[in-house]
Amino acid sequence: MAQPVELPSKIEVGPVIDEGHSLASLSDKIAGIVLKRKITLGWVFGFLIAFGVMQALLAGATWLFVKGVGIWGINIPVGWGFAIVNFVWWIGIGHAGTLISAILLLLNQSWRNAINRFAEAMTIFAVLCAGMFPVLHTGRPWLAYWLLPYPNTMWLWPQFRSPLVWDVFAVSTYLTISAVFWYVGLVPDFATLRDSAKQRWKAFAFGFLSMGWRNSARHWQRYEKAALLLAGLSTPLVLSVHTVVSFDFAVAMLPGWHTTIFPPYFVAGAIYSGFAMVLTLMIPARRFYGLEDVVTMRHLNNMAKLTLTTGLIVGYGYMMEAFFGYYSADIYEKFMIWNRMTGPYAPFYWTLIFCNVITPNFLWFKQIRTRPLVLWCISIVVNIGMWLERFVIVITSLHRDFLPSSWGMYWPTVWDWAIYLGTLGFFMTCIFLFIRALPMITIFELRMLLPGARVKEPVAQ
Amino acid sequence: MSVHAIEDTGSIYGLMAEFETAGDLVAAARKTREAGFRKFDAFSPFPIHDLDEAMDLHDNRVSLFTLIGGLIGCCGGFGLASWVEAVALPLNIGGRPYISAPMYIPITFECTVLIGGLTAAISMFIMNGLPSPYHPVFNVERFTDASRNKFFLCIESEDPNFDRELTAGFLESLGSEEIAEVAR
Repeated sequence: MAQPVELPSKIEVGPVIDEGHSLASLSDKIAGIVLKRKITLGWVFGFLIAFGVMQALLAGATWLFVKGVGIWGINIPVGWGFAIVNFVWWIGIGHAGTLISAILLLLNQSWRNAINRFAEAMTIFAVLCAGMFPVLHTGRPWLAYWLLPYPNTMWLWPQFRSPLVWDVFAVSTYLTISAVFWYVGLVPDFATLRDSAKQRWKAFAFGFLSMGWRNSARHWQRYEKAALLLAGLSTPLVLSVHTVVSFDFAVAMLPGWHTTIFPPYFVAGAIYSGFAMVLTLMIPARRFYGLEDVVTMRHLNNMAKLTLTTGLIVGYGYMMEAFFGYYSADIYEKFMIWNRMTGPYAPFYWTLIFCNVITPNFLWFKQIRTRPLVLWCISIVVNIGMWLERFVIVITSLHRDFLPSSWGMYWPTVWDWAIYLGTLGFFMTCIFLFIRALPMITIFELRMLLPGARVKEPVAQ
Repeated sequence: MSVHAIEDTGSIYGLMAEFETAGDLVAAARKTREAGFRKFDAFSPFPIHDLDEAMDLHDNRVSLFTLIGGLIGCCGGFGLASWVEAVALPLNIGGRPYISAPMYIPITFECTVLIGGLTAAISMFIMNGLPSPYHPVFNVERFTDASRNKFFLCIESEDPNFDRELTAGFLESLGSEEIAEVAR
């Protein structure tokens, strides 16, 4: 939230905001998307597709509640199927939002200001999708509250030494704090919308949401302090969430899961997939809403670089997994990694290597990083790659049990797919509604990047 | 230039001056404070750090409350896990200790962040007196630009140095083009 940092021109790819914007034009432009812009046919079309796909979730969840988890492809030995794969994938996607909103704030990266609202919204929707899966996977979702510690007549309590209970705490804390941080950031922008709204009902609605925010200096001072504190608390939180998720695997004594590299490797993978998802959503959004002047090439370039960096860490993780398997001299570990590479799921593994180890290396080239369409295609490949990574970790580690007599295979059923695609529809539905109903770019933080925001006190006469 | 007087001749909330740039506002706020005014406020479409110094704002209570909230969450989380595992539902698994501190760290950490973060946000809103459904400053018509591109300074009539004419003259001397009386 400080003054923009001047970077040496060598690494600069355009400005953070295109020249020619003033305080007024910036406010009017972003608030105008919500207040003035007509609902276009394209939006309605996109929304209806997303909403239609979401109905698969309704169908899948309803049938699940009627019949139980037997409708899924899970069985012994593979008791963790799509539900856990999708849970880890979705929660990972959320991580980029918190990284942008919290870690880059602490690191004083002012370019984050233009993308942070959008990324945080993505975080919240992704965590909502993620949270559905463990609850559905319990098989008796109406008893999901048993996961929480509360005094009950049976005097039963959760086992606090279990990573699965840590997960409940980590994910629910993550969702709560992300939502609070998001709302706190929205309050001054709600005030802008309230003051710019022409219709009374809009002014009332945004006025209600803004809590009567009046841009007072005394308020801003406490506001900035609270935002900084929230960022400071969210920074270790975001690292802890995927660490705890990786503990679900790493604490189990299972070849393929029981490795110490899991926490950092999961966190890097989460940020990697999260940035890919931000690119997937932001590139079309900036194009269709004409936001190229505030979400500039500089942003795309920086996000592509972060995708590359975390992608390389993930690649290192794959290398180390293979090395540990070999170096452990343990017959099961060795077999697991060999089976992963050459067994029945080998095509998944090699597609994953293509998506996550080879593809990100294209981002070394500036010509690729500054071409939105190419970047968008790469981001889709990365999203698929990260989903495959979770599939490979969950399924290939389980399907060859210690005894060949208990070996098995896992193939998803139509209901697995219905619920997975349904959450994609849910996610996109939320994004479509968000774009229309809330300012998708943090207006007040962008104002601080304008030259007009620099304080030049007139010399006293 | 003239002061936008309001029809009500009774008591007013204060006088509001409008400025074009952030620099003008900071300079005006500094002079207002130096002139002895204490009950005044500045309004800007984004946080201006120089204002904190110019207006002598250094309220650190949000940090203190967050620390207290975080500590409550920390002790609460560890205490809950220990109490459950040692008192409420003790399970002897291979003779392992009931209070196995390292295993309770994730719960302790998450509770610290949860309570600390909620305290930071809630205490900020409470200290700022939000939500506030009504505030007199919104009676000034041009004030809607405070959330767009204009900068305002309001001296309240509660201030002992306040005088309807003299203070208006003072605000004028700060270089403001638009001065308005604020109805209660």
